[in-house]
Amino acid sequence: MTTTLRKALLGAVFATALGAGAADAATIKVGVIAPFSGPFAMFGQTFKEGIAVYQAVHGKTVGADTVEFVFKDLDQANPAQSKALAQELIVKEKVSFLAGFAFTPDAMAVAPLIDEANIPAVIFNAATSAITEKSPRFVRSSFTLWQNTVPLANHVAKLGVKKAITAVSDYGPGIDGEAAFKATFEKAGGAVVDTIRMPLKSTDFAPFMQRIKDSGAEAVYAFLPAGPTTLAFAKAFADNGLKEKGIQFFGPGDITQEPDLPALGDAVLGMTTSFHYSQAHESAANKSFLAKYKELFGSSDNATFTSVGAYDGVHLIYTMLAKTGGKSDGLKAVEAVKGLSWESPRGPVTIDPDSRHIRQTIYLRTVERVNGKLQNTEKTSFPEQPDFGYKLGK
Amino acid sequence: METLFGIAVDGVAYGMILFIISVGLSVTLGLMRVVNLAHGAFAMVGGYVASYAAQTFGLPYAGALVVAVLLTVLATLPLETLLYRRIYGHANELSQVLLTIGLTFVIVASVNYLFGPSLKRIPLPELLQGTVALGPKSIPTHRAFVIVAGAVTLLGLWWLLERTDFGIRLRAAVDDPAMAAALGIRTERLYMATFALGTGLAALGGVLGAELLPLEPYYAIRYIVLFLAVVAVGGAGSVFGSAAAALALGVTDTAGKYLIPNFGEFFFYAALILILFRWPQGFFKGKTA
Repeated sequence: MTTTLRKALLGAVFATALGAGAADAATIKVGVIAPFSGPFAMFGQTFKEGIAVYQAVHGKTVGADTVEFVFKDLDQANPAQSKALAQELIVKEKVSFLAGFAFTPDAMAVAPLIDEANIPAVIFNAATSAITEKSPRFVRSSFTLWQNTVPLANHVAKLGVKKAITAVSDYGPGIDGEAAFKATFEKAGGAVVDTIRMPLKSTDFAPFMQRIKDSGAEAVYAFLPAGPTTLAFAKAFADNGLKEKGIQFFGPGDITQEPDLPALGDAVLGMTTSFHYSQAHESAANKSFLAKYKELFGSSDNATFTSVGAYDGVHLIYTMLAKTGGKSDGLKAVEAVKGLSWESPRGPVTIDPDSRHIRQTIYLRTVERVNGKLQNTEKTSFPEQPDFGYKLGK
Repeated sequence: METLFGIAVDGVAYGMILFIISVGLSVTLGLMRVVNLAHGAFAMVGGYVASYAAQTFGLPYAGALVVAVLLTVLATLPLETLLYRRIYGHANELSQVLLTIGLTFVIVASVNYLFGPSLKRIPLPELLQGTVALGPKSIPTHRAFVIVAGAVTLLGLWWLLERTDFGIRLRAAVDDPAMAAALGIRTERLYMATFALGTGLAALGGVLGAELLPLEPYYAIRYIVLFLAVVAVGGAGSVFGSAAAALALGVTDTAGKYLIPNFGEFFFYAALILILFRWPQGFFKGKTA
């Protein structure tokens, strides 16, 4: 009993000491929770790079305050750990913002904490629609599966495809994608003949390809989270004779994210995906973004949707700080960016006042080889797409 | 009918890939009785070497494969002398697990630090791209190549372990190290050679299996369950057992995923449980090499 008490007292002393230190330095801290090690380290790395690029362009100060990022490693989806890290950041580090979050459950888990501490949380990636419903202090700078899928499904229907099949990874965003495709495609007059949910840890995709082949569908909508499985999936698609049978491939752009393109190689050549960011996006904002990226990290090959998610997320944080003068009222800070529009490297974007999710142009892209390098070339754009999935779940 | 044939072909192809990436573990775990959880890490190192040999130095696929196997063996031999030698034998199972899993974490972190978390690729030669037709079903040429390579490895190992002096000595040394040493067998060298064989096979599997199990730093941990499952079902130390296990698991998994995709990995693990329930020592424990 006495040891517990002593530990608690010691803890309190340290916490106050640390807190006092932070206050004296007049810095605003932002806690970033993301995977920096382990199988999903790509998220953390690109987040860090996106943040660094933003700070290199716009400086490290807003008004008189210095903005400092504190990184916490959460190597895989783990809501309990995410909550613990958030608590540590809020209580010990006295952060004024939370940010990051690669996976939906990690973001959901901090909702009660940010409400209690009254600080905003900016989501750089996690893409299930339901997240921003969980707390009025969530703002999201990434995308949702609904947002990317609805225009794609309409496009597939317009091409004259009557029968389609879906193949998605069996977890939250995958099921969102399946629901979005099915609802939109059937409304447009098509039929979804089968819905396949593939285990997240699948390594061999040949059986799913056989099933797609046997289903008689003319097109397949597929979603897998960016990472090693997309390679096996794309290869299986190319190697199992689906193209020859005339089955067209469509999916959100996670499957052809830029860092994986060299490894995917010719297997994804000609693949059509819908997404909100392509490294090959033609705009001055994107050019200067990539130039800075290259200057800082030697190469801009890894610049991808998660880097831009972080870059724009930091823009939101800077804007909140500028507009509220660093006063720590989370709700007011979120209020300050509602309806905010700006030119992102991905194109024009707006924070939707209701869903607090980013409205953006969704592009239809094709993988092409330009100057010996694979890229997602944007072919068609669907401007001002909202999160179609907001408040659909319940 | 065509579908059944398709499932069978895909299942056998998947099974052979499982075999080729697990057989090295069957050698270390079965013949040397070392629970080598770093097997996946060695396979990954092989894959990374091949990837760099092919992409940075422009070696052809076969050359990259040879370089990968040789370099991996060379890089891991000091580990045998420094670390593994201390933990041989049945009494050390816990130390084996702790040491090799620790080694795995170190390798994973080093690879992540040195090469970054993105996927690495081993470019295939023209010859192995595209598909080959097997009756009504076509399979990727690369997979057909892996099936052949798997069969060759299987026969080669069988010959090495059952028909050569080396194999006889090795089996003697494993069964009764003291007696074997008393008879003049240099067990230390023998163990070193077998360890090299195991890591060489791991590297071979890492390179050949890279199309299915893509190379990234977490490879070493992500797929270790798969390797252990194959060896456990096959019976540690039996190459034929490993092959039979890999094929059985491959076909079950493929059929399950085709028929009821929503069940996911259920069939793979159900088969694992049932087989181990019936044959707790695996298919071929102690029967053949």
